[in-house]
Amino acid sequence: MSGHDSKYFSTTKKGEIPELKEELNSQYKDKRKDAVKKVIAAMTVGKDVSSLFTDVVNCMQTENLELKKLVYLYLINYAKSQPDLAILAVNTFVKDSQDPNPLIRALAVRTMGCIRVDKITEYLCDPLQRCLKDDDPYVRKTAAICVAKLYDINAELVEDRGFLDALKDLISDNNPMVVANAVAALAEIQESSSRPIFEITSHTLSKLLTALNECTEWGQVFILDALSKYKAADAREAENIVERVTPRLQHANCAVVLSAVKMILQQMELITSTDVVRNLCKKMAPPLVTLLSAEPEIQYVALRNINLIVQKRPTILAHEIKVFFCKYNDPIYVKMEKLEIMIKLASDRNIDQVLLEFKEYATEVDVDFVRKAVRAIGRCAIKLERAAERCISVLLELIKIKVNYVVQEAIIVIKDIFRRYPNTYESIIATLCESLDTLDEPEAKASMIWIIGEYAERIDNADELLESFLESFPEEPPQVQLQLLTATVKLFLKKPTEGPQQMIQVVLNNATVETDNPDLRDRAYIYWRLLSTDPEAAKDVVLAEKPVISDDSNQLDPSLLDELLSNIATLSSVYHKPPEAFITRVKTTQKTEDEEYADAGEQGYSDSPAGVAESGVSPPASTAIAQHPAARQPATPAAPALPDLLDLGMDNSNSAIVSADQPAAPAGPPLPVVLPASSGQGLQISAQLVRRDGQVFYSMMFENNSQVPLDGFMIQFNKNTFGLAAGGQLQVPQLLPGTSASTLLPMVLFQNISPGPPNTLLQVAVKNNQQPVWYFNDKIYFHVLFTEDGRMERSTFLETWKSLPDSNEVSRDFPSSVINGVETTLDRLASSNMFFIAKRKHANQEVLYLSAKIPQGIPFLIELTTVIGTPGVKCAIKTPSPEMAPLFFEAVETLLKS
Amino acid sequence: MAGATSALFLLDMKGRCLISRDYRGDVTAQLVEKFFTKLLEKEEDLESHGPVCHENGVNYMFIQHKNIYLLAASRQNSNAASLLFFLHRVVDVFKHYFEELEEESLRDNFVVVYELLDEMMDFGYPQYTEAKILSEFIKTDAYRLEVNQHPPMAVTNAVSWRSEGVFYKNNEVYLDVVEHVNLLVNSNGQLIRSEVNGALKMRAYLSGMPECKLGLNDRVLLEAQGRPTKGKAIDLDDIKFHQCVRLARFENDRTISFIPPDGPFDLMTYRLTTQVKPLIWVEAQVERHSRSRVEMSVKARSQFKERSTATNVEIEVPVPSDAMSPHIRTSMGYATYAPERDAVVWKIKSFPGNKDYMLRAEFKLPSVISEDTPPDRKAPIRIKFEIPYFTVSGIQVRYLKIIEKSGYQALPWVRYITMAGEYELRLI
Repeated sequence: MSGHDSKYFSTTKKGEIPELKEELNSQYKDKRKDAVKKVIAAMTVGKDVSSLFTDVVNCMQTENLELKKLVYLYLINYAKSQPDLAILAVNTFVKDSQDPNPLIRALAVRTMGCIRVDKITEYLCDPLQRCLKDDDPYVRKTAAICVAKLYDINAELVEDRGFLDALKDLISDNNPMVVANAVAALAEIQESSSRPIFEITSHTLSKLLTALNECTEWGQVFILDALSKYKAADAREAENIVERVTPRLQHANCAVVLSAVKMILQQMELITSTDVVRNLCKKMAPPLVTLLSAEPEIQYVALRNINLIVQKRPTILAHEIKVFFCKYNDPIYVKMEKLEIMIKLASDRNIDQVLLEFKEYATEVDVDFVRKAVRAIGRCAIKLERAAERCISVLLELIKIKVNYVVQEAIIVIKDIFRRYPNTYESIIATLCESLDTLDEPEAKASMIWIIGEYAERIDNADELLESFLESFPEEPPQVQLQLLTATVKLFLKKPTEGPQQMIQVVLNNATVETDNPDLRDRAYIYWRLLSTDPEAAKDVVLAEKPVISDDSNQLDPSLLDELLSNIATLSSVYHKPPEAFITRVKTTQKTEDEEYADAGEQGYSDSPAGVAESGVSPPASTAIAQHPAARQPATPAAPALPDLLDLGMDNSNSAIVSADQPAAPAGPPLPVVLPASSGQGLQISAQLVRRDGQVFYSMMFENNSQVPLDGFMIQFNKNTFGLAAGGQLQVPQLLPGTSASTLLPMVLFQNISPGPPNTLLQVAVKNNQQPVWYFNDKIYFHVLFTEDGRMERSTFLETWKSLPDSNEVSRDFPSSVINGVETTLDRLASSNMFFIAKRKHANQEVLYLSAKIPQGIPFLIELTTVIGTPGVKCAIKTPSPEMAPLFFEAVETLLKS
Repeated sequence: MAGATSALFLLDMKGRCLISRDYRGDVTAQLVEKFFTKLLEKEEDLESHGPVCHENGVNYMFIQHKNIYLLAASRQNSNAASLLFFLHRVVDVFKHYFEELEEESLRDNFVVVYELLDEMMDFGYPQYTEAKILSEFIKTDAYRLEVNQHPPMAVTNAVSWRSEGVFYKNNEVYLDVVEHVNLLVNSNGQLIRSEVNGALKMRAYLSGMPECKLGLNDRVLLEAQGRPTKGKAIDLDDIKFHQCVRLARFENDRTISFIPPDGPFDLMTYRLTTQVKPLIWVEAQVERHSRSRVEMSVKARSQFKERSTATNVEIEVPVPSDAMSPHIRTSMGYATYAPERDAVVWKIKSFPGNKDYMLRAEFKLPSVISEDTPPDRKAPIRIKFEIPYFTVSGIQVRYLKIIEKSGYQALPWVRYITMAGEYELRLI
C-alpha cells in the first residue's frame, strides 16, 4: 500500500512559489490537487508558503475529500499568520458543517477549532451548536472536543453561548465515545477554571461507569482519570465503585490499567475493612508486575509509579522483589528505576538474594549504574540492621576488585554505615586505609577523612594519614578542606600530643588566613576560639554524640506522596513532583500582563513607566511569569497579536526572556551589600530577594571597583529550605572597571530542597572569568514567598481556623513594633500579599485578621492584637505547617517595621 | 490532569523534524528540534534521561522505531502512560499502512500520514487507533478510488474494532498459543526467576458479527462451575485481554466472550511463574591457564520429556573481548566464534528431550594487559530455542464456540509452541 508522495518534494529550477501559484489556479482538477500536495510538501520541510494563502483557500470548495483535508491542514498552519485572509475560508467551513456527509461535517468543526484566529472563532459558534446535536455520533464526539478547543481560545464565549450545558448533556449521550470525549473536554475545562463546572454526582458516576464498559480504550482512560477525582460518600460507595473498576485491570492497554490502579488506590483511602483492602492489594499486584513485560518506555513510567505505590502500600509487592531484578538488555533508565524499587522492597527475608544481585550489578560496565548499585548496598545496610554485617562484607569484597570508582563509592557508603552503627564495624578501617592513595573524588576523600578523624584514637597512624592530606590542603575542594579541618581538630582533642599540635597550627592557619571560603574560615575561627579558651568545651562540641541517621529510601513527604498518587500515570508521577512545579500556563499570560500594569500603578513599585511599557511589549511572556498561580484563573480573551508574541518568546529561549527583564531593575532603595568590595577583590555585590508580578526574583547589583574588566558572570544557589534556585541564566554584561550593572534573576522554587528544620539561610556562589568563586550568605525574606492568591473568604477563614488543631496555633509578641494607623498598615501588608479579612475591637485593643499563602498552597491564618500607637503587637497564627512559624514571625516583624 | 499532548513530531535520527502535527499551537517544531538535537548530542543522556524529559516548561515523551523518533510534547501534566502507549500504537498503524515505518515510507506517504494523525488524535487526545477500520476510510493513493465516503459505524460503535458486513466463503479461525519462557539463573547456579509470558494469537476469518466463547482449562473457572478438574487445570498469575473481550463478564463468571476483530490479533496474554525445571540447562566451566590461554567446557542438557524436541537452539557463550585464535569442538551442532558479540554461538538444529551435548573451546589471550582497561562486561549465557506442540503452563483450549446469526459452522485450528524469551544464565 505504499505511496509515491516523495515526488512532490522535488523542486524545479524556476522560482518555486510563482510556479505553484500558477498550478493552484489551473483549470484542471488534478493539477490543482497536485499543486496543493506540493504546497503541503513544502510546508512539511519547513518552507514558508504562507504567501499562497489565497490561492490555496480557493481550492477549498471541492468534492474531493482528500484535497479538502489538505487545504484544511494548510489553514491550520497558516491562518494565524494571515488572520485577515482566513476569513475567506469561513463560508466554506460553515457550508461544510452542514454537508450531508458526516465525515465532512466533523472535519469542518474539528478544523475550525484548531484555527486560533478570533475572527473565525465567532463564526464557529453556530456550526458547533448544530454539531453538538448532530444525528451522527462521529460528529458529536468531534464537537465535544471542539468545545474544549473553543474554551482554550475564548472561555467567555463558551460560557455565554451555553456550550458548557450542551457538553454536560452529552454525558447522558447514548454513544459511549461521545460520553468519553465530553468527559475529557469537561475535565480539561474544569482544570483551567476556578469555578466548579464539572462535578461528578452519584448520577453521572453510574452513567460513566456504564460507559466505561463500552467505549474505546482511550475513552476508558479519559473516564477513569476523571473519576479518580470523585470522592465517594462512604466506604460502601467506595467499595461499589472499586468493584466496577477492577475488571479494567485485565485490559491489554497499560494506560487503562494504570488509570484503574489510580482510581482504586484513591477509593481505598475510604475503605475501612482490612479484608477488602488486603484483597484489593492482592488483585493489583499481578497487573502491576505485568506492566514490566511492556515496552521499555512504558516500563519506565510503570516503575516510577510503582516506586510511589510501594511507599504508600508496601505490602502490595512485598513478595515480588524478584521481578525487579535487572535483565541484561534492559535500558539503563529501566535498570536505575528497578534498583530504586529493590532497595524499597529489601527486607531481612530477601536481603541475601538482593545483595547477590547488587554485587552482580557492581561489576557491570555503565559507571553510573555501578555506583548506584554500590550505594544501594550501603542503603540496605542502613535500613536493615540485621543485614548490615552482610552488606559490609559485600562492600569489602567489591573494594578488593580495586576498580577505582567502586572503591570510592564503597567508602562513601561505609561512612554512612559508621554513622548509623557507631562503634560496631571499626575493624574494617585497616582495609579501607589500604585504598587511601587511590581516592581522587572529593566526596570519597571527605568520607575517608571523616572516618579517620572520627576513629582517630583507634588508628595508630591517624596523624600520619591526615598529614599526607595536609600537604595539598590549599588545592583541595571545599568539601575536603572542611572535613580535614574537623578531622584534625578531632585528632588533636583525642591525642593532644606534639604531632597533632603542629598539624592543628598548620590547618588553622591555612583555613583562616590563606582561604577565601567563608564557610571554612568561620568554622576554623570557631574551633580556634574554642580551643584557645576552653578545650573541654571544644570536646563537648566537636566530639559530641551525633544524631542517628536513618535510611532515606522512603524519602517522600506523606502529603506530597498522596498528591503524586492522585496523579498516577501522569507526568507528575514520573517526575515525582507536584504538577505546579513544572507546569507553566502560557495560555493565560495575557491575564498576568494585565495585572502587571495594575500592580505597577497601584502599588507604586519604583519601576519607571518606560520600563513597564517595555516589558509589556517585549516578550517577558516568559515561562517564569506564567508560573504565577494567579495564571490559573480563566483567561480573558487574548488580544489578536498575542499568540505571535508568545511564539517569539518561546523561540528566543530563556536568555532573551531574562535579558528583557533587565530594564526593570530597581532604581529604588539601595540593595543590601552581600559581598563587600574589600572581600571581593574589588567586586561588590548587593542583592536581595524580591517579589514582582507574582514571581520571585533575585535583584542584584554588581559594581566593579577593581582594575580589570570582569565578564562571564555565573551564579549558583546552595540547597535551601525552599529549594530556591536560578530560573535562568544570570545576565550580566562585561563590567569595565568603575562601572556597575543591575539585573533581575528569575527564581524558581522547590528545586534543591535542603532537609532539616526550615531556616532562612540562602548560600550563594558567584563566579566570573577573572576571579575566584565568591561565596556569600544571604537571607530569604519569607514574605517574598507570599503568593497573590492568599486572600481568603471570611467563611473559609473561619472553617480553616476551626479545622486546624490547637497544636497548630503559635503566637509571639513583638514588643517594639508599633501600629500607628490601621489602614496604612493593612495597605502595606496587602502589598506583600498579606490580605485583610476582618477586624474587631477588644477593650482598647484592635484585633486584625489576615491571611497569607505560600507556594504549594500552605495557608497562614493570622491574628494581630495591638493598642494603636502603643508599642507591642501580639501575633498569633494557625497553619498546617507550624514549623514555618518562626520564619513567618520574622517576616511579619520586618513588614511591621518597614 | 488533562491527558492531552500539544503536538506530535516524527523526527529523524539527527533530531530533525520530518513531519509533525500541531494540536494546540503552544509548542513549535523549532523548539523541539533544538531540544532533541541537544539531547542526541550527549548520547548517554538519552538513556539516562529515560523516555520522559522536561525542559523550559515543555514536557517531552518519545519512543524510537527504526530510524525514526516519535515524540509527543506538552505543556500540561499529561497522562504519560497513555501518550507513550499511543505512540507505540501509531507505529502499529503506520506499519499496517506502509509495511514498514521508516524515513522513506513517511516521505512517500505524507498525505496519508497527515490524514491519519488528524483522525487518531484530536486536540491532543488519543481518539482511534484500529488500523483495520481506519483503512476503510483513509486510503493510500493506489486504493484511493474505493474511498468510503462515510465514517464506518465501528468508529463510534461499542464494537469499535470490527465493521459489519465482513464475508468469507470459508469461515476459519486459527489459534496459536505461544509461550515465552523468561529465566534468570544467578552466578551461584541458583534459579532466581522463571516465568512464562504466553499469548493466544488469533487469526479470525469469520463472516458477519460472530459471538465467540473460549474455554480454557483455567482452574478458577472449572472450580466455579463445580466441575471435577480432570486432567490438568492451570493457575494464571495475570491475564490481559484484547479490548474485544467483555471484562465485566470475565470478572463475574470467568467466561471469555467476545466479538473478534477481523484478521490477526492477540486475544489474550497471560503470565505465570513456574516451578518446573528449566527446559534447557547449561553448565559451564572456565579455566584460565596462565595469563595467555583460556579453556571452557559447556554442557547443555534438555530437561523435558523425550517425545518433545527443541528446534533452532542457539546458545551464546560470552568470551573475553580480547580472546583470539579460537579452537572449538562440539558433540552436536556447530559453533562459531562471533567476535562482534564477544561470544561463541553454538547452534543445534534439533535437540531432543533428555539429552546432553558438549562444547569445548580454547582461546589465546594477549599476555600483556594494560592496567587501565575497564573490567569486561559480564554477559550472561543466553539461549534461544523453540519447542513445538508443547507449553510449559499446560494451558489447553477446551473449546471455541462461534455463534453467528447466519448459522455457519467454523472450527478452530489450535497450535501450541514454546520459545525462549529472556533466557539468561549468569554462569561465567
